[in-house]
Amino acid sequence: MANLRVKFTFQPDLIKNPIIWSLGREFEIVTNIRRANVAEDQGWVILELNGEQTEIDKGIDWIINQGVRVDFVEGDIVAG
Amino acid sequence: MTFTTIHRCKECGREYPLTPMNVCDFCFGPVEIQYDYAEIKKHVSRKSIESGPNTMWRYAPFLPVDGTNPVDIKAGFTPLVKADRLGEMLGLNNLYLKNDSVNPTFSFKDRVVAVAATAARDFGFDTIACASTGNLAGAVAAHAAKAGMKCYVFIPADLELGKIIGASIYGPNMVAVKGNYDDVNRLCSEIADQYGWAFVNINMRPFYSEGSKTLGYEVAEQLGWRTPDHVVVPSASGSMFTKIWKGFNEFHDVGLIDDKPTTRMHMAQPVGSSPIVTAYDEGVKEVRPIRPNTIAKSLAIGNPADGYYALNIIEKTNGTAHAVPDEVIVESIQTLASTEGIFTETAGGVTIGVLKALVEEGTIKKDDLTVAYITGNGLKTQEAVESLVNTVTIDPDFASFEKNLGMKR
Repeated sequence: MANLRVKFTFQPDLIKNPIIWSLGREFEIVTNIRRANVAEDQGWVILELNGEQTEIDKGIDWIINQGVRVDFVEGDIVAG
Repeated sequence: MTFTTIHRCKECGREYPLTPMNVCDFCFGPVEIQYDYAEIKKHVSRKSIESGPNTMWRYAPFLPVDGTNPVDIKAGFTPLVKADRLGEMLGLNNLYLKNDSVNPTFSFKDRVVAVAATAARDFGFDTIACASTGNLAGAVAAHAAKAGMKCYVFIPADLELGKIIGASIYGPNMVAVKGNYDDVNRLCSEIADQYGWAFVNINMRPFYSEGSKTLGYEVAEQLGWRTPDHVVVPSASGSMFTKIWKGFNEFHDVGLIDDKPTTRMHMAQPVGSSPIVTAYDEGVKEVRPIRPNTIAKSLAIGNPADGYYALNIIEKTNGTAHAVPDEVIVESIQTLASTEGIFTETAGGVTIGVLKALVEEGTIKKDDLTVAYITGNGLKTQEAVESLVNTVTIDPDFASFEKNLGMKR
């Protein structure tokens, strides 16, 4: 089992979609929200994903294809 | 001896023992190391610092590791140069350059990695790792070599050969990852989760980032135990920006400088990677992640972990944030080299470009005491300035020399 701490950033057109619920339904991933914010022009959610690494990888690819920006809680790991 | 106490979450305030960790278990906010300043005050003085080594380790009581046996490749205590010729060009009488391009691996990253590597070794890790496009790779590989630790450096597969050589010479396991920037980020996050390594900017990040405070201490000491009116700082994640300010304030808190710092903190980013500047311009604190596209690759962080905290400091200090385009970066590298004899990498070009903008808009006045941070060496990003090369080729005879150079006796 793996767990990943990620930040999902949603543009306004996606805010009303139950994307995190769908992520848990479509893939064998347990989602655990820790912090979130919804503003006028965007929303973000910081959450933990638990599951097999391959399932998490598939889930992240899927959610990126939905138009969600996915970042790691740590910020960018690749540094100059 | 170390005067550290605990980790504290910057968001919810929860406290944790000082173990390798980077985010709060509860809210996933970043944790920051806390110190017992009353004890530090008892143990440091201007004299004790001045009699310390000519490296960043003269400030060991302010760092989160035992400074008696650090992983030390002699990072820090770099020159603070009075920049008379550049100052004259810009109309500034009190301009200084903090030349951190002369660190052992030629960038300020030696400071942060020195602390991270010492902490990693002291925690008992045998392997240290990072993901980098240049400066960090060299610093991590060099410190791992000095510490006798195993080292893994992850780089994008299309990284320029010069940068690969600059790190691989120290003997790390260099891993070139096929894929884009996001792919490398994701892979490294997964590896960090699955392997018990010290990743300098993941589980070692609270220790690592504290190393940047020494850039504040040194400037304050080198200016004669005072802080400047303005600093101009190149920024990627925003971490160094926040730590320079923290360094100034810690020196005041323990009585090493008399006046409370009133320095105006100015942030410099390249237009192609300026998410913090964008938030500043829009008057918001939420930093929207972007996809970087700039020649200043050492500043190419699209999702800056400390953007929010840097914006708070800009607000608190009446500072500013500016971005300059690639052509200004190149021009500014040349300006710095041709006036002060300092060849900086692209991040330094960003700093000088923003410094110029701050003078032109009247934010920095001619007699203001100003420090611009030059954080990396130009030999690392030679490709950025190739277009400036202007060699005259002549035949090996005197007539050709005079003809081609228009010489007249």
